[in-house]
Amino acid sequence: MARGHHDVGGLPGAGAIDQTEHQLSDWEILADAVNQALGAQGIKRTDEMRRAREEMDSAAYRDMTYYERWIASIESILIEKKILTKEQIDQKLAEFEAKWGEP
Amino acid sequence: MIADGSKFKPGDRVRVKFEDRPGHIRTPWYVRGKSGWIERVYGDFLNPESLAYGRDGLPKKTLYLVAFRQADLFEKSAGSNDKVLVDIYDHWLEAAA
Repeated sequence: MARGHHDVGGLPGAGAIDQTEHQLSDWEILADAVNQALGAQGIKRTDEMRRAREEMDSAAYRDMTYYERWIASIESILIEKKILTKEQIDQKLAEFEAKWGEP
Repeated sequence: MIADGSKFKPGDRVRVKFEDRPGHIRTPWYVRGKSGWIERVYGDFLNPESLAYGRDGLPKKTLYLVAFRQADLFEKSAGSNDKVLVDIYDHWLEAAA
């Protein structure tokens, strides 16, 4: 049976939910803004983003934080829709790293 | 009643189909195969299982708020009087006794 890595409701061993308040990082706010903008432009839908997260490699999904998953799914949807290529994204990333150092 | 074409009305007993298939599915695993009752009829919405793949989401599907006894879903909730509410689309539900 294939239970998706996102579909964990009721599974034992998940531990308690961390309910403490925490500050968002600038990049997380930016990730939200990019997501909103792509939605407003009619480029992607929430359901597509959810599907992209469900299709991710399971180990990668578990290792990522919430907004890291958002970024990864935005990336895969933009590549899928041929709006950006993986090469373009990698190249831009290399430019940022050259300028600002590795994250 | 919002959706006149809806299969179920509040109070109707329903069972969630137990389906295991690929694709984007909004019905959580822990309610598949479980029985509950219709709490509310929300109306008709584009089908997320289709929208998730860039398609048009038609035909629309009726969305229900379905209630379950928590004790029926999770072993560790045995004896609990709490209920669990889940949004479930029409094509995942069948009439239950």
